[in-house]
Amino acid sequence: MTNQSELLNMDGTTHMTSQTPMTHGMNAQLFEGRERLRIDLDREPISIEVKDLDLYYGSSQALKGVNMKIPSKRVTAFIGPSGCGKSTLLRCFNRMNDLVDSCRIEGQILLDGKDIYDRSVDVAELRRAVGMVFQKPNPFPKSIYENVAYGLRLQGVKDRRILDEVVERSLRGAALWDEVKDRLDQNAFGLSGGQQQRLVIARAIAIEPEVILLDEPASALDPISTAKIEELIDELKQNYTIVIVTHNMQQAARISDFTAYMYLGELIEFDETLTIFTNPREKATEDYITGRYG
Amino acid sequence: MDNSRLGGHYLQKYDNELEGVRNRVLAMGGLVEKQIGDALTAFVDADVKLAEAVMQADLTVNGFEVSIDEECSRILARHQPTAGDLRFLIAVIKTITDLERVGDKADKIAKMAIRLAESDRPKNNYSDVYGLGERVLKMLHGALDAFARMDTEAALAVVREDDAVDNEYEAIMRQQMTFMMEDPRNIGRIMNVIWSLRALERVGDHARNMCEYVIYLVKGKDVRHVSMEEMERTATQPR
Repeated sequence: MTNQSELLNMDGTTHMTSQTPMTHGMNAQLFEGRERLRIDLDREPISIEVKDLDLYYGSSQALKGVNMKIPSKRVTAFIGPSGCGKSTLLRCFNRMNDLVDSCRIEGQILLDGKDIYDRSVDVAELRRAVGMVFQKPNPFPKSIYENVAYGLRLQGVKDRRILDEVVERSLRGAALWDEVKDRLDQNAFGLSGGQQQRLVIARAIAIEPEVILLDEPASALDPISTAKIEELIDELKQNYTIVIVTHNMQQAARISDFTAYMYLGELIEFDETLTIFTNPREKATEDYITGRYG
Repeated sequence: MDNSRLGGHYLQKYDNELEGVRNRVLAMGGLVEKQIGDALTAFVDADVKLAEAVMQADLTVNGFEVSIDEECSRILARHQPTAGDLRFLIAVIKTITDLERVGDKADKIAKMAIRLAESDRPKNNYSDVYGLGERVLKMLHGALDAFARMDTEAALAVVREDDAVDNEYEAIMRQQMTFMMEDPRNIGRIMNVIWSLRALERVGDHARNMCEYVIYLVKGKDVRHVSMEEMERTATQPR
């Protein structure tokens, strides 16, 4: 990433995303006529399937009859106004809502065909497979190295060689290695916000999850750090299924392959990102993304 | 879905900017329509003064193109429009390119009118040219009307008319060729007539393009280079 040419925009921010998801894989097809520029949602291998999901906080219903299939190794973005349930839905995918006492769930969520709310599921195991990154970077008060090695140590890995290898691979995977390789033993709090966020992503990928959930991962970052995170997401999707919640619609348009629009706990429209942002089916979606009153 | 509205944004300013662009496109369209009408009149009436006025006014048409383009790019940068708003701006940017070229055609016909003003008039006093001109003028008007009302049916009617215009153009061209064969001394004059006919036929093509943008704008589907049947299907289907 560091040796990539950075184009300076008029507003002084840099463009680092060399290939936006919108054009990804389309170049070859462009010359084959006008038939198929789209990714076909029905033909994608599925990572997470949500079936008739209702979620209640006490007596108030936060999710209403949500059905969706989240494709494997793609970036899926959830957009919608505050309180629409997008973060709640995201948190269902690794059962973070279990931590809320009044929370009750009906319906099913399948990860690779297996119900994650089944009694037999080990939640710690699930959260290893489904990692999560939050809006505010939350590194542990430890060294950079120990932050990344944390998950493995928890699994009982002691072999220094293995740990070194995983730490380097994860930091490289999170596009942070070149910036921190000479100060791995320094406290993670010394990193900038954008670096901390990438460190947290490195920590998440160190344990080789299948899915990475990102809840507003760049909303506390400046445009340059945001661009780095966005570029990273584009790289990560080669190996991981990415689900991202964002308030920044341009961000969703830039980085995601599929976009879900939610409103008042309902999934209003779910389609390829290009379609959502150029020609959505539902008027409610159009109103939201164009900034209109419903 | 109601695509004909540009308003309703949380940002009133955004509404005003889009509405402003739309009004300027219609103003430009009105001017271009008048340019073609005047050029045609100058041609048939051998009115050199009017022809010169048309050539002068082409500068205003060009100015419209540049300023609308600039306003569109400003809106793109400021608001990052999506969906219907995005399609509207894309349609506008393309429409004004076609309108500007229609303006150039008026300029060209005006030039030919000046060249032909001094030479002998044919027996029919160019009624065939005038007839074709009237037809494409109607197409142009229809295209602008379809844009103003975001009316795909009206757009479709103009596209259909373009085929008829092309046929009429071919017929008149054949006639001009006979005239040239009858008396080669006519060739110089008739060449100018042919240039004018060609310009008029192109105006029809531009009107057709503008209508295709209207269908794209309203239906979200690109209907350039597709069969007439597919265009009809797209234009008449509910979204």
